[in-house]
Amino acid sequence: MSFFDYLTDSIPFFIKAAAITVELTAAALVLGMVIGLFFAMMKISGHRVWKYVADTYITVIRGTPLIVQLFAIYYGLATLVDFGSFWSAAIALAIHNGAYIAEIFRGGIESIEKGQMEAARSLGMNYSLAMRRIILPQAFRRIVPPLGNQFIIGLKDSSLAAFVTLGELFGVSMRLASTHYAELSFYTIAGLYYLALVIIFTVLVNWLEKRLRIES
Amino acid sequence: MIKVRGLNKWFGRLQALNNVSLEVKSKEVVVLIGASGSGKSTLLRCLNLLEIPDQGEVCFDGRAIRPGSDDLNLLRRDMGMVFQHFNLFPHKTVLGNIIEAPVMVKKMSRAEALENARWLLEKVGLEDKKDAYPCQLSGGQQQRVAIARSLAMSPRVMLFDEPTSALDPELVGEVLAVMKQLAREGMTMIVVTHEMGFAREVADRVIFMDEGGIVEAGKPRQIFESPRQKRTADFLSKVLWGPSASSDTPPMLTAAGQA
Repeated sequence: MSFFDYLTDSIPFFIKAAAITVELTAAALVLGMVIGLFFAMMKISGHRVWKYVADTYITVIRGTPLIVQLFAIYYGLATLVDFGSFWSAAIALAIHNGAYIAEIFRGGIESIEKGQMEAARSLGMNYSLAMRRIILPQAFRRIVPPLGNQFIIGLKDSSLAAFVTLGELFGVSMRLASTHYAELSFYTIAGLYYLALVIIFTVLVNWLEKRLRIES
Repeated sequence: MIKVRGLNKWFGRLQALNNVSLEVKSKEVVVLIGASGSGKSTLLRCLNLLEIPDQGEVCFDGRAIRPGSDDLNLLRRDMGMVFQHFNLFPHKTVLGNIIEAPVMVKKMSRAEALENARWLLEKVGLEDKKDAYPCQLSGGQQQRVAIARSLAMSPRVMLFDEPTSALDPELVGEVLAVMKQLAREGMTMIVVTHEMGFAREVADRVIFMDEGGIVEAGKPRQIFESPRQKRTADFLSKVLWGPSASSDTPPMLTAAGQA
């Protein structure tokens, strides 16, 4: 069979697998954003203990490989709670990306002029209202590009979920490659699907960036 | 209305305020003058507790404010503040800027807040800019919107922190005109400014600050024409007659009205 036969014949498998990849990435990144925002707030709180907790989290997570974190959750925690392969991978990816996203959020928030918070506070807004209504919407605009970058990394990193038996893009390509003895073809095909997803996502981010720019 | 007693504030080892006491009555317009770094802005920012004084007391309406336990947000609703760099919210339209606090803080209905905002925009002469974003406005227009935004909370005092210092010279007048109008309407105002013409014309009282302390306070006429302190005279001769002048040049002093 030629490469193109493999490419067309495998479409049903890869479409299903791509859907799982997208679901996994979406779940991980939404969760990762929540975690990231949480730790970013701790870091800028000015409270010593909270800042220390956030720094520790970021240092540990950024300092250890994602595959180690993933195995620790899937195999290590399995004795306590069994999340299943999808949610193990989603949680590991979320915790991992959360550390990077926390730094992106912190940078974005700290880039907003101090006067914005002062103006909001001088109008009688409390800290969290000012954060929510004034600072974060502005910070969000500035972090769209680095956040998009991080999302692309997250999407590609989701391939590691194959090692905890999840049938996403890379998992499916590994299975097909070994059953057909056609490694080069199927890993190339897997690469093409990842590339397509990343390009679609990049277009979306660029569109969002442009729209936000026009608005302000 | 506002009473300040024995205010001290340090930034690291620098003493920004040195035992400042001050009383401002209702409907009074007080102008703070002095060189940069003399503590005027810090004093203003201590009044609405954007800076927390290290020592001393700020009383509003006869009640001492305790920064730790009092709800400063409630206090700040009553004290509008206008900043040197406007600090409008760039992601909101002019109307959005003005109704933000009334709707979110005072829980005013959107319709009522909008009606009030339109009226305020008319007052500052910008009703045609209601849907513009701050970046589409000139500095003078932005500052007038910032004044309207503060007024939307119906404050009882307005604090102005060098409201015209960041403006091109030709835009200063439109902002001062709005401030004069406010003063005429009986707003209690505390203004930090380098606009001596405004101080002379509008102020009920002018306060000269230097090195974190109040050097001299009095009617504008007295301060400008017969300052009692040499430091006041030196400062005034510099700002009124240009950077080359100093008290060592007697003609300038005479011109400032010292003789």
